Amino acid sequence: MRLTGLIYRGGIVIAYTVMLLPVLLLVVTSVFRDAIIAFPPSGLSLDWYRNAIGREEFLNGFIVSFKVAAIATVIGVPVGTAASLALVRSNIRAKQAITTFLLGPIIVPGIVAGTALYLTYLLAQNQLDMDIVGTLPGLVASHILLTIPWTVRVVTAGLQGLDRSVEEAALNLGARPFTVFWRVTLPMMRPAIVAASMFSFIQSFENLELTLLLVGPGMSTLPIAMLNYLEFQIDPTLAAVATIQIVVIAAMMLITDRYVKLSRIV
Amino acid sequence: MKSLELINIRKEYGEAIAVADMNMQIQRGELVSLLGPSGCGKTTTLRMVAGFIAPTSGSVVLDGRDVTDLAPYERNTALVFQSYALFPHMTVAQNVGFGLEMRKVGKADREAQSLEALKRVRLDHLADRYPRQLSGGQQQRVALARGLVLNPAIFLLDEPLSNLDAKLRGEVRSEIRSLQQSLELTTLMVTHDQEEALTMSDKLVLMEGGKVRQAGTAQDLYERPADSFVADFVGRSNVIEGRVEEDGFHTVCGTLLPPAAAGQPNARFYSVRPEKIAITRAGDGVEGALREILYLGAQTEYTVMLGETSVTVVTATPGPDDALAGLQTGDPVRLQWNGGDARLLDA
Repeated sequence: MRLTGLIYRGGIVIAYTVMLLPVLLLVVTSVFRDAIIAFPPSGLSLDWYRNAIGREEFLNGFIVSFKVAAIATVIGVPVGTAASLALVRSNIRAKQAITTFLLGPIIVPGIVAGTALYLTYLLAQNQLDMDIVGTLPGLVASHILLTIPWTVRVVTAGLQGLDRSVEEAALNLGARPFTVFWRVTLPMMRPAIVAASMFSFIQSFENLELTLLLVGPGMSTLPIAMLNYLEFQIDPTLAAVATIQIVVIAAMMLITDRYVKLSRIV
Repeated sequence: MKSLELINIRKEYGEAIAVADMNMQIQRGELVSLLGPSGCGKTTTLRMVAGFIAPTSGSVVLDGRDVTDLAPYERNTALVFQSYALFPHMTVAQNVGFGLEMRKVGKADREAQSLEALKRVRLDHLADRYPRQLSGGQQQRVALARGLVLNPAIFLLDEPLSNLDAKLRGEVRSEIRSLQQSLELTTLMVTHDQEEALTMSDKLVLMEGGKVRQAGTAQDLYERPADSFVADFVGRSNVIEGRVEEDGFHTVCGTLLPPAAAGQPNARFYSVRPEKIAITRAGDGVEGALREILYLGAQTEYTVMLGETSVTVVTATPGPDDALAGLQTGDPVRLQWNGGDARLLDA
């Protein structure tokens, strides 16, 4: 009994160490003074943060990523929520097939989906005689492919745990079906929708593979700007950028968690 | 005056018949229980009254109006769910006021009436809490108040006590009953618990396999069961198989039993309640062998074999000086009962 408890705790400690150690190292190296990471450092400095914030490609990348993630979330979450409702509540046929199809984009490797999208965009550009690759709408459209599956996954799980009798109670008290949805179902789904929005946003914000071929001059996302930088330099600027990103996402999670307990949903 | 009437109501799911041409009535101010084992069709019946299930045929008449084709929100019923089904994102007061809001009652009136209903269930001090902050019993009372405030034509209670612990159950049981009686609420209750049904109801409807096996008062069902199913489901009963001969009822092994006072002449079953039988070491009565003794505290339960037939006897636990005190399994015993307490049943 004592031994199994020890192994159990040891397992947890190892798992957390494996997960958090790289993150910790990243944060630590971001304040090392040397351009080439060495241990021990010759000193500490915040120069890399200054460099990260000062470089236009990172600022632009951040703005583009933020815009793309926000718009893709605002479009994908309602669509995904509607799809989940249909899948859980109605008697449509081929439910399983539709679910698999909707989850497809997160099952197919990002680089494969990205290549397919790139070819499709090129074809569409020729047919429609307009720019799609390297434009904001082009990026948003591809990232909606990320936000819909995440929403379907999270909201479907939330809906399945929802007590139908609460909605029946509302009907019994004289509420018409639309009122029931608006006043009872939707508020009860709120935690799942909030969680879905947050996951969608993060998935879009940090996506690299799917986006790789779809960016263009002046229309690059933050992860791609970081990748480009890495091709020529290996100084701790990237560690600084990544640290900022970690702080922003952690803050979002903490704020969300105050309103909706994330551990209850995922 | 009739409040609810079910006329030849029937529900089929494909081949399966959930409710088979059922008829029943509830008078105004009456509490009627639908009692039966799970799958007997009682919940289906309740949901047909509330409008959540459309009957295959037959009609539901509520206060003289045929409501068979009306949606749940067009009927004036108040359903109290087994899980209480409170709105988790609304306060207690908002929960209770929801129905009034749907009826377009103004805010001030709504609040006053909600508070009034909450006072009825002694929860007015918790009006601003959320359901998750309340105990199971309190949530149950909020669910009642939520219906109460609408002054419904009929209250529908779905297994109202099944989610409460044993101690609270008795309390809530008498609370619901006294509320129902003082406000003269017409109520249809569904339960699988015969004790609940016996103690709370004016009338019981015992269902099995989608059919009504017997309807009547608690006394009717307990003392004059129509068949062996009723005899065994309501209270406990020794239902002994055998046949009627010239000299009386013989068990399948040929033991002659005391003549029953009432029942069908060609009966196949003989029924007598465990508490009506006296057990002695010797003397008059039917001879048997003691197989098991169960000490239940205030009472003791004996299982006695009359040949192949087992008979249960329940008596007050004998004192230390009682002749029965030293009784051991395997001992020969005598059973005696009054023929007036036994019934012959043909099914």
